[in-house]
Amino acid sequence: MNARLRWRKLLSGFMLSVTGVCAIVAVSVLFFILGYLVFHGGSSINWAFFTKLPTPVGETGGGMANAIVGTAKLLLLAVLVGVPIGFLGAIYLAEFSGNGMIAFVVRYSADLLNGVPSIVIGIFAYTLLVLPFKHFSTIAGGFALGLMMVPITLRSAEEFLRAVPKALREGAMALGASKTRMIATVVVPAAYRGIMTAVLLALARVAGETAPLLFTAFSNRFWSHGWNEPIASLPVMIFTYAIAPYEDWHRQAWAAGLVLLALILIVNIFARAILSRGAAVSR
Amino acid sequence: MATSITTVPGAGPISGSRSFLRKLREGDEIARIITFLFAASVVLVTLILVWELWQGSVLPRHKFGFQFFFTRVWDPIAEDFGALPFIYGTLVTSAVSLLIAVPLGLGAAIFLAELAPQKISDTLQFFIDLLAAVPSVIYGLLGVFIVIPLMREYIQPALKHSLGFLPFFQGPAYGVGFLTAGVVMAIMVIPYIISVSREVLLSVPRDQREAALALGSTRWESTWKVVVPFARTGIMGSIFLALARALGETMAVTMVIGNTPTISASLFSPGYSIAAVIANEFTEATGDVYLQALIELGLVLFLLTFILNGLARLLIVLTSRRGGGMGHA
Amino acid sequence: MKRLTGVLLVVLAVGGIDLAQNALSINGAGATFPYPMYSKWFDEYHKKFSNIQINYQSIGSGGGIKQVTEGTVDFGASDGPMNDDQLKAYQDKHGYPILHFPTVLGADVLTYNIPGISAELNFTPEAISGIFLGKITKWNDPAIAGPNKGVNLPASDIVVVHRSDGSGTTYIWTDYLSKVSPEWKDKVGKGTSVNWPVGLGGKGNEGVSGLVKQTPGSVGYVELIYAIQNNMPYGRVKNSSGAFIKADLAGVTAAAAGAAKEIPDDFRVSITNAPGKTAYPISSFTWLLVPSKFSDSAKRDALKGFVKWMLGDGQNSVEALSYAKLPKEVVAKELKAVDRIQ
Repeated sequence: MNARLRWRKLLSGFMLSVTGVCAIVAVSVLFFILGYLVFHGGSSINWAFFTKLPTPVGETGGGMANAIVGTAKLLLLAVLVGVPIGFLGAIYLAEFSGNGMIAFVVRYSADLLNGVPSIVIGIFAYTLLVLPFKHFSTIAGGFALGLMMVPITLRSAEEFLRAVPKALREGAMALGASKTRMIATVVVPAAYRGIMTAVLLALARVAGETAPLLFTAFSNRFWSHGWNEPIASLPVMIFTYAIAPYEDWHRQAWAAGLVLLALILIVNIFARAILSRGAAVSR
Repeated sequence: MATSITTVPGAGPISGSRSFLRKLREGDEIARIITFLFAASVVLVTLILVWELWQGSVLPRHKFGFQFFFTRVWDPIAEDFGALPFIYGTLVTSAVSLLIAVPLGLGAAIFLAELAPQKISDTLQFFIDLLAAVPSVIYGLLGVFIVIPLMREYIQPALKHSLGFLPFFQGPAYGVGFLTAGVVMAIMVIPYIISVSREVLLSVPRDQREAALALGSTRWESTWKVVVPFARTGIMGSIFLALARALGETMAVTMVIGNTPTISASLFSPGYSIAAVIANEFTEATGDVYLQALIELGLVLFLLTFILNGLARLLIVLTSRRGGGMGHA
Repeated sequence: MKRLTGVLLVVLAVGGIDLAQNALSINGAGATFPYPMYSKWFDEYHKKFSNIQINYQSIGSGGGIKQVTEGTVDFGASDGPMNDDQLKAYQDKHGYPILHFPTVLGADVLTYNIPGISAELNFTPEAISGIFLGKITKWNDPAIAGPNKGVNLPASDIVVVHRSDGSGTTYIWTDYLSKVSPEWKDKVGKGTSVNWPVGLGGKGNEGVSGLVKQTPGSVGYVELIYAIQNNMPYGRVKNSSGAFIKADLAGVTAAAAGAAKEIPDDFRVSITNAPGKTAYPISSFTWLLVPSKFSDSAKRDALKGFVKWMLGDGQNSVEALSYAKLPKEVVAKELKAVDRIQ
């Protein structure tokens, strides 16, 4: 074994360990955050937190039941708005258009949309869905969040669709499948895991957003009925409580953060375990 | 590039000889139109957004014109507004965050995709995805309680001591500032880089790696010189996502950047970003010129994103090698 | 896939079920400062009248003014009174005026962090305006040291901390400075957001207090409630009668009482630097913005009832949350004004 080979092997070992360190750093940040939230907010998590409405300062026994339900409803709407546009748009880019001008413009627009500050998206949704109707609503909030999901879903899903090997596509075509059938039964299932990643990442992003909701869904101290009323949500509650002077509310804010993360965790587990068909491309 | 349908003889190319009605019945044309409409709606929404921003900023545009880009003053009482400090802050913090997040994120993605056994890789990825779900407000609060003291007591003095000859690390260290904002943003955008890059790396066909190894490369060489370039466009896509997130981040940044419209080479200096000032002042802004000046800042950010994306894409095209796997702009 | 769609549709339908039983829902938006108080009041009122649900959210005073003008909420709230242009805009849009009702009082205090100094410092208006203008840069400056004989102030730099987000707290602070310093009035002015000559910007009270706590030699302003609830040290301020007052609820109410004699009928008044020996000079009202006409009589009656209750029983619960109650002269005037709501 000559010196150069020894050096290359050393470098290989070193660089690979560096990547390991990177991964550890990334993960430890998360555990640190989780630990901090648990330490500061864990004491506020009790049965009342999940079932009761918020109480004023100084009164115990309150909770964020309406905010938890509210976040769930808003995220549901966001998925209904963002996923079809992102997913179907990605199919268009990956399967029907390729590298033409249209595809370029669509991708560019998605990237631009992604960079718009969340508060501006909120103002935009306010102008479209709140002002004309003269009231705040869950629908407006869901729309704002859904809009924010589109770019991430679109760009990521497109990448994963493209990653499906040509061989699979050609095999389907060779068997006489139409393009639509090929996409629906071969390409999409093969990219399913990646697409799920894209959607979940987008969902996680919007789940923690406060600014777009302030002018659309507003918030609500009481239960919200239907889809047309202002609705409470965990991020807005966190924001409102965290900036208040009272220690009790601070603890509730941390607790709400923990609950939000748990919510996303559950959605992740559910989505991956139950909805995934596991037909991912093998390494 | 379009999928290679035309290379399969006998199946019949989609366009050309088959009649429109036949295509319609097969459903392909409908699928094409429907998916096109959805894709086009993205462009439409973006255009409407720009139009709204344009309409909503008419007063300051007429009052300041192009001077808006170069003025440093931000005075709501005297109604004199300028965007330069905010543009500077946005660019600097995004640059710092990417400089930290991209190597770290790519490294972690490589580890998870190439080295870690499947179960560990999946579990760790799971947790990293959760980082994306942490509300922006909480990142801000953690920045205030943890990162700022850390910066002020340990990291900034250390940097000053060792690299203080560089203009980046001079000046008083308050704890808040460009560097702190960049660090907090880096943590926020890392999940996007890791998540997407890992998936793309995982989907690189096995034979690519094996071919490299068969030719005698070390594990690292096959990864770095073959697999990563193959997945280049996907990784670039993840960086675009990260960049966009960094440019538009509001809550967390405003809690740690110091919120002072200054332009300074030092990373220790407090600063301000476009998204932060809009978030801070929009709800309280009274007076039409003031309000519209904030909207105009939104427009400026849009323009900034436009230019940055364009430059980044140009960079990709210029450094593009042939055979880069799934190539597209 | 089909199963998933089915589940989604069911959830959508369930989410749309209207479980309300004749509840009267009223929405209000505005200032963050009184949010804890208002949420307590509306909760108590809801306990009294279980069919009235008043939902108030703090999106900022400016937000409150905007939304009530647009008509997306039934009432607003603001830490600073609406100016003439805003009043006119409301009148033009709706055809009838909007009324101001002071609800509670608040104050700004000066909090500082000087290593080695634990005493309560005295600040004159000249010292405060000099510090925030950036003209006084060291702690042992004669303007600060003068009223603090016996305290060994260091020769270190002053780091100024102010609010970065637009807020009523800033409005009160700059309103006071504009009154006591012609130079401030000229150079900077008063508003929820100003062009600060010097200093770091912290977001919200917690941003400012966080920065002050962590930065040696710093000084900033926060709401009184915040300082009390978080046990922060704050200094005394010289009022217009020459006494150094440490802010407390009594001093704030005294400031309002001092100004009560000249309070205009529409209640839009600034009470900073108010006359009175015990008055704390950096105090302010916060207002509810109520339209003078309601098309929905149920909403009108509910809000009128609430305002009357707020002026009576409601005032008994404010001090527990560290808000200062309205002086009785102002309460009497307001009770008369409630009838202006048609």
